[in-house]
Amino acid sequence: MNSANYLYLSAMLFTIGAVGVVIRRNAIVVFMCIELMLNAANLAFVTFARINGTLDGQVIAFFTMVVAACEVVVGLAIIVTIFRSRRSTSVDDASLLKR
Amino acid sequence: MTDSPILQYSFLAPIMIVLAGAVIGVLVEAFVAAKRRATIQLLIALFTIFASFISLLRIRNLTSAKAAFNSVMIDGPAIFMQGTILLIAFFAVMIIGDVDHFTAQASAVPGSEEEKSAVQTGRQQTEVFPLTLFAVAGMMLFPAASDLITLFVALEVLSLPLYLVAGLSRRRRLFSQEAALKYFLLGAYSSAFFLFGAAFLYGFSYSVTLAGIHTAVIGGTANNVFLLIGLLFLSIGLLFKVGAVPFHAWTPDVYQGAPTPITGFMAAATKVAAFGALLRIFYVTFGDAVWNWRPILTVIAILTMLVGSIVAITQRDIKRMLAYSSIAHAGFLLTGVIALNRAGLAATLYYLLAYGFITIGAFGVITLVRDSSGEITDLNRWAGLGRRSPKIAALFSFFLLAFAGIPLTSGFIGKFAIFTAAYESGNIGVVVVGVLSSAIAAFFYIRVIVMMYFAESHEDSLTVVIPSPLTSIAIWVSGAVTLILGVYPTPVLNFINTLAIFIR
Repeated sequence: MNSANYLYLSAMLFTIGAVGVVIRRNAIVVFMCIELMLNAANLAFVTFARINGTLDGQVIAFFTMVVAACEVVVGLAIIVTIFRSRRSTSVDDASLLKR
Repeated sequence: MTDSPILQYSFLAPIMIVLAGAVIGVLVEAFVAAKRRATIQLLIALFTIFASFISLLRIRNLTSAKAAFNSVMIDGPAIFMQGTILLIAFFAVMIIGDVDHFTAQASAVPGSEEEKSAVQTGRQQTEVFPLTLFAVAGMMLFPAASDLITLFVALEVLSLPLYLVAGLSRRRRLFSQEAALKYFLLGAYSSAFFLFGAAFLYGFSYSVTLAGIHTAVIGGTANNVFLLIGLLFLSIGLLFKVGAVPFHAWTPDVYQGAPTPITGFMAAATKVAAFGALLRIFYVTFGDAVWNWRPILTVIAILTMLVGSIVAITQRDIKRMLAYSSIAHAGFLLTGVIALNRAGLAATLYYLLAYGFITIGAFGVITLVRDSSGEITDLNRWAGLGRRSPKIAALFSFFLLAFAGIPLTSGFIGKFAIFTAAYESGNIGVVVVGVLSSAIAAFFYIRVIVMMYFAESHEDSLTVVIPSPLTSIAIWVSGAVTLILGVYPTPVLNFINTLAIFIR
């Protein structure tokens, strides 16, 4: 199968994630969209590694997974704190600073 | 069986020392009694940064610069920026460790009984110190990183602790938590762009090192579309970190909501780190693809300077005003990136040092202007400060004049050098806009000075606390550095000129 198709898939996943961040309101869902974008980048790395036959891209994919896990820890901590204070995870409600 | 890797620990020592200090800080959190932690953490943090600076001085004249399999490039600009970050961090930690800036218990819901009892103990979350040290380590690695993995990991190591500490303010905790949420979501969003760009640069060059990507750029046989996609997305990630328009939306909210000492630290140090990486990537890797990025970066620089300067005029909150001012300064610094010559690099390095100290000092002063409910950031209530606290007001005026770039301050030398470099490289349009927006910016800086000295104060509740020694030292040293760099900049400029070469 043509490797380019994986790149198209990666670009599509990235776009879905990027659009999702902008249009979704729930902080958890926004965060999931960001994870989708990171995974799209991972897919691109692995595809390029496959096309070229080098391992660098696959190694980066592992690094990305670790970093994404760290991000989940920090992100969920912040979102849970916000939820406990406001009983809501909507990013529209968090607008005190706009005034 | 291959040989064990040679990492050149002596080159990595400054970063390693900071990381070790951070880990010790985490252990202190686990094993030391709560009431003694604050002092111990402060001493550990200051000592760590000092030790790291000493080890940095020991390697400043080295000949070979590559460490850890070419993943880290300890060349002149990297050493200078690491030193700048350490100096900024030292004074920032002094301000952080001073009075009660941080929440007693981050997990307690604001306004709950649990929070009240935590506040009564008089303690605060001392995790701030190790988190700051982790961020410092990431910032030191970021301008030295010379492959895509190290860049990405350094970016996350510097960002993640900052997302957390942004949410730990003692007062107005909902604001602070909101700032942390916004900073986190937008920061993670931009790192995803950065990573996707990195993936396409890897696809373009089949190399993860900046030198390898540069070879592919010169070669010109690889797929140019991948280069453009990679360059665009990588730049978005970096421009977000420096707060350039149109990726600046987080800056005012986060600067306003985060605890003020943290705001000062991240405004100063994050800019150094992010511009360090930006300079390395554009000078080392894409210097030969300049026509692909200079036009768009010029537009971004112009927009950043204008939006920062103009929107700042309408702000009624001092921290928000300084946030927009930092956006304008990001624009001035971008002109140094666009210049793409040695003078531009040297000028940007100087500007980062000068801007870092002015920022630390200015936010340090803001931490001192308080009443019984905490810091006062509403500009109207700063009226008459010049009569009540003449020394502090004079110092703050001096910082504002330095932001504006008035002669005899470091800000003037920085702006002069950076605009000269941009002019010599032929980017005259940027220089004209830069000078114009400096003039606009001077208006709102001077308006604050006029307010402090000449406006009638309406209320008596405003007090400037007698600063405890640490914050005083930090702000007066920042003021002295700003003055010295403005009056007699030659030694530092000469020093920078000997350093300002990137090694590929």
